Amino acid sequence: MKPDDPDILWVQEPELGLAGRMYMPMFVQGLSTTLKHLAGSLRGKQVTVSYPDEEPQLGNPLIYRGVHRLNRDEQGRVKCVACFLCATACPAHCIDIIGVESPWPDREKYPESFTIDELRCIYCGMCEEACPVDAIELTSLYNLTGRSREEMIFDKEKLLSVYDATKDKEPMQSTRLGGTL
Amino acid sequence: MTTAALIEILVKVILLLGGVMTAAAYFVLLERRMAAWVQDRVGPNRVGIPLTRIRIFGLGQPLADGVKFIMKEEYTPAHVDKRMYVLAPIVILVAALTVFAVIPFGSVLPVDLGIEGLSEPIRLVVAPGMDVAVFVIFGLSSIAVYGVILGGWASNNKYSFLGALRSSAQLIAYELPLGLGILGVVVAAGSLDLEAIISAQATSGWWFILAQPLGCVVFVVAAFAEAARLPFDLPECEQELIGGYHTEYSGIKLLLFLVAEFLHMITAAFLIVILFLGGWHFWGLTGAGEQVGLVQAVLRVMVLSGKVFLVILLFMLIRWSWPRFRFDQLMALAWKVMLPLGLVNLVSVAILDQLRTAWQLDAWWSNPLLIAANWGICLLAWIVVAYAQPLIADNRPQQELELYDVDPQV
Repeated sequence: MKPDDPDILWVQEPELGLAGRMYMPMFVQGLSTTLKHLAGSLRGKQVTVSYPDEEPQLGNPLIYRGVHRLNRDEQGRVKCVACFLCATACPAHCIDIIGVESPWPDREKYPESFTIDELRCIYCGMCEEACPVDAIELTSLYNLTGRSREEMIFDKEKLLSVYDATKDKEPMQSTRLGGTL
Repeated sequence: MTTAALIEILVKVILLLGGVMTAAAYFVLLERRMAAWVQDRVGPNRVGIPLTRIRIFGLGQPLADGVKFIMKEEYTPAHVDKRMYVLAPIVILVAALTVFAVIPFGSVLPVDLGIEGLSEPIRLVVAPGMDVAVFVIFGLSSIAVYGVILGGWASNNKYSFLGALRSSAQLIAYELPLGLGILGVVVAAGSLDLEAIISAQATSGWWFILAQPLGCVVFVVAAFAEAARLPFDLPECEQELIGGYHTEYSGIKLLLFLVAEFLHMITAAFLIVILFLGGWHFWGLTGAGEQVGLVQAVLRVMVLSGKVFLVILLFMLIRWSWPRFRFDQLMALAWKVMLPLGLVNLVSVAILDQLRTAWQLDAWWSNPLLIAANWGICLLAWIVVAYAQPLIADNRPQQELELYDVDPQV
């Protein structure tokens, strides 16, 4: 690109006033900003959360991306129809579904087994976006721990139990966000 | 020298070493917490008494840090020059600690222990009556440069070497404004002895920051640069040089470097307080003479330490208030701003001092008058430098091409 190219927008930097040239007023300005933050911190306005001592305040738990859950429908059955859209959408390939013919008349397939490797998951939320029946959702449980790798591979029962544990606190997003069941 | 005098000196050395090293450790904690507070964080607040849950605001942190440094693997890379690599941290720490031999940490202690050979009253400086204290400080701070260069050279690493080169250039450049800042004080006080400089300020009641504002600014800026604190921490700016001259150091050797750096800061704070902020003097609180009671003597020590503490707080606040200078700006600041300003200050102080003796100015209004004259000169010099704009070196591309040689192939 040549210097006289018409696409170049030449911006003139503003001239320094006397205050800027004398440096000291700018110095006082910087120092007062620092002092303001120092005073704020000393009055307890830090943004840090001392985590094990106090629980963090999640901005909106409904859209937080934590541990997965498998939702149940009104009859307590798993909502999943084993369409594999979540497993296809998953960039980390952590979802493993075995779909078999459904015993119920309202759908063709259901998951015989549905496992998520929580260690492999990157919590991007693509599975939740992809699901056509809002069966898989991410909850606001952020402190997921385990003592072994096997323990962190969640199967269908575990994922349904996460739903049972969180359904009162976090109602299904589809209804909350104006969607259909 | 009698045994008692020797013991007196040893006791002072031990007290000062212990005090200064402990202070350095706790200033590291304070620095970390101040950094956290300025950035709206909490900072290290969890280390308390071991094996209990008592935290006492993280006051155990320096101890834990020290233990960590000692327990760490002390790794010596294969490509280093072993002798110099070991020597460098020792040189820099010894130089940083030896400075405290001539720095008074109080006035006098009027106690008579009844021991023969003990000077009475006890002077609160390891080497009392040192007529060339300022020279000693200068010499030792120059030796500290050797530690930095040795470390950078012996590490056999380009980042270390670049850090050492920058450091040597910076420290040598700022030695001149530092000297000019001190010279104004020395001319006004008529002595190179730090105790005499304090008592000159105490007897007149005019601290040198009031009498020589320009000298104070020049000295403080130079002291920041000599202590390699932000905004002048180019010898070890992490974003460019990893760790600068101590990149290849680990364990206790790294600790020695870091402690030496903190000691430089404490030394600089002591010097600023002693030379410009009246040392142990405070109006109507500490008195001015040599004869003091025990209460006043203790008050003087407390006033001096309080001032040093405040100056160190200023050091830490400025660290988060100002961005780092570019290296050419750093050099321009030393040679084109601070050196002329220091010379102006020195000359004006000398001339005003001569005028005072020539015209026999000793009325009550003479001191304020001369000081006002010095402030006027200070302001004038500052504005002249501001309009000369020596720090601005614009090498960015320009629009008016005919003004510049531009390769038509570009």
